[in-house]
Amino acid sequence: MRTFLAIALLSCAALGHAQDVLIRGATVHTVGEQGVLSNADVLVRNGKIAAVGTNLSAPSAVTTVDANGRALTPGLFGGLSAIGIEEVSLEPTTADSAVILNAPAFEMEWRPEFDVTSAFNPRSVLVPVARVEGLTWTMLTPTSGEGGTLLTGQGGAVSLDGRYDAVLAGSRALFINLGGGANSVSAGSRAGQWMLLEQAIRETRSPSAQDEHLLLHPLGREALAKYLNGGRVVFNVARAADIRRAIAFAKRNGMKPVIAGGAEAWAVADELAREKVPVLLDALENLPYSFDDIGSRLDNAALLHQAGVRIAFTQFNESHNARKIRQLAGNAVAHGLPKDAAIAALTAEPAEIFGLAAERGRIARGQIADLVLWSGDPLEVTSAADQVWIGGRQVEMRSRQTELRDRYLKRLQ
Amino acid sequence: MKKTTRSLLCCALLTSACTGTPTQTENQQEPKVAAVPAAPANPYPSTYQAAAAPATLIRGATVLTGTGTRLDGADVLIANGRIEAVGQNLSAPAGARVVDASGKWVTPGLIDVHSHLGVYASPGVNANSDGNEATDPVTANVWAEHGVWPQDPGFETALEGGITSLQILPGSANLIGGRGVTLKNVPATTYQAMKFPDAPQGLKMACGENPKRVYGGQSRAPSTRMGNVAGYRQAFADAQDYREQWHKYERDFAAYQKKHAEQGKDKGKKDADESDEPPSPPKRDLKLETLVAAMNGDVRVHIHCYRSDEMAIMLDLSKEFGFKIAAFHHAIEAYKIADKLAANGVCGAEWADWWGSKMEMFDGIQENIALTDLPQGGCAIVHSDSEEGIQRLNQEAGKAMSRGNRIGLSIAPERAIRWLTANPARALGIDRQTGTLEPGKMADVVIWNGTPFSVYALAEQVFVDGVLEFDRAHPSPQPRSDFLLGQPSAGVQP
Repeated sequence: MRTFLAIALLSCAALGHAQDVLIRGATVHTVGEQGVLSNADVLVRNGKIAAVGTNLSAPSAVTTVDANGRALTPGLFGGLSAIGIEEVSLEPTTADSAVILNAPAFEMEWRPEFDVTSAFNPRSVLVPVARVEGLTWTMLTPTSGEGGTLLTGQGGAVSLDGRYDAVLAGSRALFINLGGGANSVSAGSRAGQWMLLEQAIRETRSPSAQDEHLLLHPLGREALAKYLNGGRVVFNVARAADIRRAIAFAKRNGMKPVIAGGAEAWAVADELAREKVPVLLDALENLPYSFDDIGSRLDNAALLHQAGVRIAFTQFNESHNARKIRQLAGNAVAHGLPKDAAIAALTAEPAEIFGLAAERGRIARGQIADLVLWSGDPLEVTSAADQVWIGGRQVEMRSRQTELRDRYLKRLQ
Repeated sequence: MKKTTRSLLCCALLTSACTGTPTQTENQQEPKVAAVPAAPANPYPSTYQAAAAPATLIRGATVLTGTGTRLDGADVLIANGRIEAVGQNLSAPAGARVVDASGKWVTPGLIDVHSHLGVYASPGVNANSDGNEATDPVTANVWAEHGVWPQDPGFETALEGGITSLQILPGSANLIGGRGVTLKNVPATTYQAMKFPDAPQGLKMACGENPKRVYGGQSRAPSTRMGNVAGYRQAFADAQDYREQWHKYERDFAAYQKKHAEQGKDKGKKDADESDEPPSPPKRDLKLETLVAAMNGDVRVHIHCYRSDEMAIMLDLSKEFGFKIAAFHHAIEAYKIADKLAANGVCGAEWADWWGSKMEMFDGIQENIALTDLPQGGCAIVHSDSEEGIQRLNQEAGKAMSRGNRIGLSIAPERAIRWLTANPARALGIDRQTGTLEPGKMADVVIWNGTPFSVYALAEQVFVDGVLEFDRAHPSPQPRSDFLLGQPSAGVQP
C-alpha cells in the first residue's frame, strides 16, 4: 500500500500518464474464453491489453507490477447511476439527473431529447470515490423526480478516468419507468403508461401539426425516432406481467429492450431468454417493497442465469455508494449464481448490454486496459482494490474520503 | 383512590427523584401510606414467552463469545433457553439435540439498534407508513410500538440474517420523535408477544437536516439548526418544570397524609380541618412524561446525528438537562470525535460505507466504525436503518473490520463481533440478558456456515431463547408473514 501511495504522490494529474505496464503473476479473470488463468501475466501497451499469457517477456521501458497471485479483473461496471451528475442528492443545485417540467397530467410533456450525459462533471468527488474501488465505468441514467415523466430521457456510459469527454460511443439508451411507481406520472394507472407510450410512437411516426395536446416537441420526435430502429431502451419494471408487455411493446416498435429492476423477472425467465432480453438487477432485493415486486427473491440472478438470460448487476438511485455493487454479486453467488457468471455480470455482460463489448469488459488482447488488482477474492466484502488502471493509466488510489481518513487518523493516534 | 394511583404513577415515572426527596423517605416509613399496591410500570407489557425447547449442544465450532474471546473447536450448551456452558468437550444432557458444527462459526444472536421494521413495513404502501408522526417537531408522546405491524415480512428475512433482537425506532422527521421499543425477533400476531421482557424503551431524537427540512418547508420552527437546538432545550425545560410540579405535588400530598395521620392519633383536632382537601395532582402530559423518564435514565436516549459538531452540541445539551445519551445513530463523522465519544461513554451506531445523499453525510468514510472503536472505551455499533441492511449486518461488519485492518488497526473477528452483539446490547440496556455467550444469558445464538464476516456467510441455524427459530436446511414451507401467505410466488423463501 505504501508503494502505491508513493507512486500516487509522484503524479500530479488524477490519473498517471499512460504507461506500458506488465502485471506479473496474477490470477487473471479474463471473463472470456480463457476463463481464469493462474499465475498469468498481462501486458499493457498504449492503453490497451497487448498480451495475456504466462512468462511474458518485459519489453524495455515497461513498469512491472508483481501481483503475487492476487486476482486481476476487468474494471467493474458502476451500475445505472448518477455519478458525476449528482453531488449531494438532496441539494437540487447539485443534482442533474431528472428533467422536471411539473406539467399537469392533462397537458403532459415528454422530453426524450433530454440527454443526461451533457450534465456530466468528471471532477465530481464521486468519481475518485468510485474508481479507487475498482469501478471504471458507469451508465449515467436519467431519473424521474416529482413532477417528472415516465419517459425520463436518454443516458449513456462514461469512463471514470476523469476526462471531460467521457461518454463512450455506442452506449446510448432511452429510459422508461413502468409500473405502480410510475402511476403518479401516467395519470394514475399503469394502463395509462401504454396509452401514452402508444401516443408518443404515433406522434413520432405520423406527426400531425394540428393536434393540440402533443406529448412531444419536434426535437423529441427526432430523438424518439432514433430508438424505433433498433435503439436500446431500458424499461425500469418489476412485475412479471409488465415485463412481458414491455417486451411485446419494444418488439412491435423496433426497440431493443433491456429490463432494469426485474424483481419478478425469474417468473418470465424463459420468455426473456427466448427474446434475448437482458436484465439489470439488484441481487439484494428479496422483499415485497411494493405490490409490483411481491415475487422478489434472492435467487433471481441464479434463476435467470440458469434459464440463459443475460444479467448484469446494478443498484438503483445509489451513486455515492456505487461501490456496493460487488456485494450484490457476492450475495448472488451465496444464493446459487456461479462465481464466474457473477464476475461477468459486473464486467463483460454490462459491456455487452450497452454496446461496449468490443473494447471493454474482458481481459483479452485488444481490449482497453481497464484493470483492477484485488487484495483478495474480488467479490468478497473484506477485499479491496489494491490498484486500478483505466485505459492503461495507473489510478491514483486517493479520494476525498481517503484524505479525510488520513487527516483524522493522524489526530486519533 | 384515583389520586393515590396517580401519585404512584408519578413515582414510577420519576423514580430517582421521588426516592431522593426527604418527604418521600419519611412517607415510606409511615405504614399507612406505604400500603399501596405497585402500579404497573408499563401499561403495554410484554407477553413474550419462549416456547419450550430441548437442550442443544453445538459441537466443535469456532466460537466468538462476544466478550472479546475466540474459542476454536469449542462447544456451546443450551438448556432451558439459557446458555448453560461454553467450552471444550462438554457432554450432552439426556435428550439433547446435538449439532455437529465443525467448520462452522458460532456467535451471539445479532442485535440491530436501529430498525424501522413494522413501522415502515413492506410493502411500502401509504397505509404502512407509520414511522414518523410528522405533525409536530416534538412528539415524545408517541411510541413506535403502537405502529409496529408484526406481519412485516422483513422480520423473517432479518431472522435469516441472524438478527435475534432489534430496536424499532420512530423516524427522524422530528426533533424528538417518540419512544422506541426493543423486540425479540420471533413470529407473533401482536407486538406485545415480541416485546423484549424488561428492556428499557428508547427515545428517538434527531439532529440536523431532517427536522429543519420537514418543518422549515412548512414555514414552521425549526427551519435552522439554531431552531433545532432551541426546540430540544424548550422541550426539556418544560419537562424540568413538569417534573418539579410532580415533586411539589408529592411533597404536598405526603404532607397532607402525614397531617391526617397525626390527626387520626389526636382526634380532638379533627373538627378544625374538616374542609381540608387533598392536593390535586398535575394533569398528565405524555410528552413531558417521556422526557422526564429520559432525564431519570428510565428511557435511553438514541440520537440520529451525523456531524461531529452537532454531536458535541448534543453532548452539552445532555449535560444541561442531565440525561445520558446511549448512542449517536448514523454518526457519519464519529471518526472526527471518536475520543470524545469514548470519554463520554456514548456509542456510535453506524453504517459501513453509506454516505453523501445529504450534506450532513458528505464526510462519510469507510473506516468510521473502526475508528469509533479505536480509543480506550470506544463503543462502535454496526446498525442498519434498512430492511435490506439488517439482513446482512455481518457483512457490514466485515467491510468495516477489513477497512480498519487496511490502515493497520489489527481488528480481530472476536473484537469486531462485539459491534453487532455486545455493544448494541449495552446501548439498549439489555446487556445483562443477551449479547454474549456467557452462562446464564438468553440462548440467542447463530450458527454460521463459516466466518460471518464474509459475503458468502449464511446463518444456518438461529436460536432465540434456545428455540430454533430458523433452520436453513429445513426452511419453513410457508412464509411466516400472513401478508405473504397465499401470494402467487414463494416470496421471501429462495
